[in-house]
Amino acid sequence: MSKTNLTRRGLLKTSAVAGAGVALPTIFTSSANAFTNEPTGSTVTLGFNVPQSGPYADEGADELRAYELAVEHLNGGGDGGMMNTFSSKALQGNGILGKKVEYVTGDTQTKSDAARASAKSMIEKDGAIMITGGSSSGVAVAVQALCQEAGVIFMAGLTHSNDTTGKDRRANGFRHFFNSYMSGAALAPVLANAYGTDRKAYHLTADYNWGYTTEEAIRTSTEAMGWETVGTVLTPLTQTDFSSYIAPVLQSDADVLVLNHYGGNMVNSLTNAVQFGLRDRIANGKNFEIIVPLYSRLMAKGAGANVKGIFGSTNWHWSLSDEGSKAFVKSFGEKYGFPPSQAAHTCYVQAILYADAVQRAGSFQPCAVVEALEGFEFDGMGNGPTLYRAEDHQCFKDVLVVKGKENPTSEFDLLEVVEITPVEQVTYPHDHPQFAGGSLGSCNNGA
Amino acid sequence: MDAIILQVLNGLDKGSAYALIALGLTLIFGTLGVVNFAHGALFMIGAFCAVTLSRILTLSHEVIDETRTDFLGNPLKVDVPYVYDIFGQATGDAIIDWAVPLSILFAIPVMILIGVVMERGLIKHFYKRPHADQILVTFGLAIVLQEIVKYYYGANPIPTPAPEAFTGSFDFGALIGMEANNIIYPYWRLVYFGFAAIVIGAVFAFLQFTTFGMVVRAGMADRETVGLLGINIDRRFTIMFGIAAAVAGLAGVMYTPINSPNYHMGMDFLVLSFVVVVVGGMGSLPGAVLAGFLLGILESFASMREVIDIIPGINQIIIYLVAIIILLTRPRGLMGRKGVMED
Repeated sequence: MSKTNLTRRGLLKTSAVAGAGVALPTIFTSSANAFTNEPTGSTVTLGFNVPQSGPYADEGADELRAYELAVEHLNGGGDGGMMNTFSSKALQGNGILGKKVEYVTGDTQTKSDAARASAKSMIEKDGAIMITGGSSSGVAVAVQALCQEAGVIFMAGLTHSNDTTGKDRRANGFRHFFNSYMSGAALAPVLANAYGTDRKAYHLTADYNWGYTTEEAIRTSTEAMGWETVGTVLTPLTQTDFSSYIAPVLQSDADVLVLNHYGGNMVNSLTNAVQFGLRDRIANGKNFEIIVPLYSRLMAKGAGANVKGIFGSTNWHWSLSDEGSKAFVKSFGEKYGFPPSQAAHTCYVQAILYADAVQRAGSFQPCAVVEALEGFEFDGMGNGPTLYRAEDHQCFKDVLVVKGKENPTSEFDLLEVVEITPVEQVTYPHDHPQFAGGSLGSCNNGA
Repeated sequence: MDAIILQVLNGLDKGSAYALIALGLTLIFGTLGVVNFAHGALFMIGAFCAVTLSRILTLSHEVIDETRTDFLGNPLKVDVPYVYDIFGQATGDAIIDWAVPLSILFAIPVMILIGVVMERGLIKHFYKRPHADQILVTFGLAIVLQEIVKYYYGANPIPTPAPEAFTGSFDFGALIGMEANNIIYPYWRLVYFGFAAIVIGAVFAFLQFTTFGMVVRAGMADRETVGLLGINIDRRFTIMFGIAAAVAGLAGVMYTPINSPNYHMGMDFLVLSFVVVVVGGMGSLPGAVLAGFLLGILESFASMREVIDIIPGINQIIIYLVAIIILLTRPRGLMGRKGVMED
């Protein structure tokens, strides 16, 4: 039989100690550190917040592969990948500021609340100094706001909505990926060239933030070159069978269908559109055409042969022949056996850019990192000369217009680059109407 | 007018899927008295039977093509399916092309087996438990099945096209003497509707015209008395569970060319199928089929632009709205019988 020696005094003492212990490691209150999660030992921890479950789990897995590769390269392992072609030579291959890079991962589930919870846990429990990753704009905006409050840097993963660096921009957040506006600006001239300037477009748009900004961007840039928008219909995010949305397209006098859909939505809507004979259709005396503003590998794979000949845009593609892309494809391909996706590319680049900024700033302090990234110009990372614009923390670089390949040689060889749109053509003023209403505010060191 | 015809056609194929799933749900509920939330997962597994068979048919060995290179500059490894080696390329291609229809033969035994194992292994232990327990355990099972499929096949949709001969669409408008090029309808959706009609007809015929079916119907009406007559009704009900699983599975197999299957496709259908069952009347097989088609067509109409422009968002709530109206006016659903789930 056990006996407990619990006295009133003892209980009080224990509670006081426990209470103090619980109160100590809160990140939103001040402490002895100069900034949140200041690394004091010989290591530094990065937080990779990617979808590990849910519909974008495969894209998340590719992002994680890229991050693991980046960590390996930062710590001096592997062949160094794009660190060799990167124009900044600050990184030495001995971690960041001499501290070995370690990482923790979180599962965003592609849900804003889950993503915030996993980011919060990585910051509070694991001491992550920077959060990066994600496969959705909803998640990016939510996690970016959390990082701003917590005083850590957020390096966005795959997020394409204008709002991430528009109305929802934050001083602690940075986006390397391109956005809806850039897709519109890059696609419009190619479309005018291929399909003419006298076209009637019908938009099907996913009913959420990214859908709205993409529709607006594509509509504005195609209307500017003479196209007419004859219909726009919002489709629920949970929709799987799009036949009842495709059918009215047949009744309209449209001759182009724009699918502002991503992931599974796009796979299904495109498949349905092809089933209903839209690709063989003649409307207004012209061949009916379909456009997918944002392509990703998982979409091209899911839609199979239906993507053949369909135009869209991407941030990067492994078939590019610049030195940076070649180096990245080689080290990724040799480690994992297949070429990296655009999601993997943007995540790898973001991790390296963050590390480089810390190295150049000589400090992990978020405001110092922000200063080092703002207005930073670099090259050798697969997209040509690139600028991290100070006003909105958006990267400006060339945008790729791609087309579904007619004769793919493998399951990864689904898209071909038809044009590399120069950065000047996709640059916009930071207070452009599609990005208005936001302000960076001031950087937050937290602690 | 064109728009109305087109939406009716659209509603038919969606309604076919609802009707097939709801039919299986009602069979299980009517015989075993179990509310089976894993039924959507059976639909999904059926779809993955098609994926599995097309993977089996395209099992390949690597041949190195020295004339081409892969993305790293090494000689390209080309996958050559074993069926090419056995039947030659032309026949091999034809077999691979017909993977989805062939999957029907593959899916029937697999689904019956899964159904029987599910019933004997798990659900039988919950017959005497409250409906809430049954819902929880079958819902849990659905999640487990989903995660297993995701583990092996990944989270992405997997394209599983119809045979080349059925991939296109035809001009239904011109066929019925209306203006051409306005009512276009894909062949496969028509095939799906026809297939659903055959399966539904077969299930009804089986229950109506066979001794086995007669006993099952008697058991549905009064299980105890049939048991007292010395008939092993449990065994027959187990087989009915297997058949219901096969119906859901076949609905899934044939659905794959319409939408690329993914691991959560069952959940997308499950909730709506329950609404279909309730609207049709719990325990009524004709009610399930009728409500399936009815709600499918209503959903199609509600997604028309003309309708959405008047009442925004109606496309997302129409089914539930109609369900509420029907349940308020006919609390037992369209063809519900007295005494079902009312004790």
